[in-house]
Amino acid sequence: MQEHTHDHDHDHGHDHDHDHGADETAPHAPPQPDEKIHSYYQVLGLALKELLVEKGVITPDEIRKAIEFRDSITPATGAKIVARAWTDPAYKARLLADGSEAIREFGLDMGGTHLVVVENTPQTHNVIVCTLCSCYPRNVLGLPPSWYKQREYRARVVREPRAVLAEFGTQLPGNVEVRVHDSTADMRYLVLPMQPKGTEGKSAEQLEALISRDSMIGVALPSAG
Amino acid sequence: MRGPHDIGGLEAGPVDTGAHPMTFWEKQIDALNQLMAQKGFRKTDENRRYIEQLGDDAYNTLSYYERWTASLSRVLIEKGVLTQDEIDAKVAEVRARLGQDAA
Amino acid sequence: MSEFAPGTRIRVREDFPVGHIRTPVYIRGHQGVVTRKLGTFPNPETLAIGRDGLPKKGLYEVRFRQADLWPDYQGSANDTLDMDIYEHWLIKV
Repeated sequence: MQEHTHDHDHDHGHDHDHDHGADETAPHAPPQPDEKIHSYYQVLGLALKELLVEKGVITPDEIRKAIEFRDSITPATGAKIVARAWTDPAYKARLLADGSEAIREFGLDMGGTHLVVVENTPQTHNVIVCTLCSCYPRNVLGLPPSWYKQREYRARVVREPRAVLAEFGTQLPGNVEVRVHDSTADMRYLVLPMQPKGTEGKSAEQLEALISRDSMIGVALPSAG
Repeated sequence: MRGPHDIGGLEAGPVDTGAHPMTFWEKQIDALNQLMAQKGFRKTDENRRYIEQLGDDAYNTLSYYERWTASLSRVLIEKGVLTQDEIDAKVAEVRARLGQDAA
Repeated sequence: MSEFAPGTRIRVREDFPVGHIRTPVYIRGHQGVVTRKLGTFPNPETLAIGRDGLPKKGLYEVRFRQADLWPDYQGSANDTLDMDIYEHWLIKV
């Protein structure tokens, strides 16, 4: 499979905005030469959407709402949960005991999956991956970053987590247990990072700004501010 | 023995930690998948099965949401929601509308 | 149904059936310790072929030592890997 590594340029070459003359719901930015719908599968995706609408299986309004639902959940959502846990010990206890239930207090729902929150401590650092596909706590963090879905992270983080963390600029002492969670079933994992020293007096709102997406996946540490 | 998706522990290069924001096309595919699950037309494990059956070449060549699109098309045919003929005709129509931009 | 209490040492089946399997190849044949039972869930192997996934299967969180999984492991001897595994893939050692 090594001969396919060049395809990864294609795989995540989506850092452009989009066009879609074919789509009335697309933003109205002028199409750029590299923004066209070019592959068979991209055309197929539009074809499926149009057929499902024509047959009345779904409506354009439902599509719009589904996109808005995804856009409404971002890493800032997860950061609010972590900041609350840092500042409210009773909430932290509820979050660790039953993540799916505790996030209802933020109006969030795990759908058919279950949220398991794993706590970083001075002894243990948790890292999340899904080697088989890309299971991710979407209902808490939004859609996964590009690297989380790609071969390099999925293949390597279970075998050389410290080397992968170093690629994110994260170095952990040798006496800390690195614990990788490979999400294979209906559990979705969220890392509860350690609150940085020196931030004890800050409000939950101030703390939210320190909590990155990557720190809740476990590849980074929260900023000390 | 190993499907193309089952890659834990294999050799691979450095992680590209850069940000690659999602395109509108990708968001639409995500939305279709959400809606088809909500309406009971597909289960996550059914989609995964088709993705795993893509074979090494397609799995490694297609982007994440292209794999989901391929899989969704098969599930919708299997469930009798769409037929291959309908899909082929619509693909031709969309392509013609997009003109030379499309493959 | 097999029940595995926390602390039970298990080995993951080293079988290679055709189909949709949520037990990655890299973990098959390895030994770990059950840390807890996560509940019972529909079987993804039959959900994948359009069935109802019944009977449900027990799902266990199992902890492995990284040094046991990878002979050339470069990290600390303390490092671990947790995985959720369905009961029919676990054998009591």
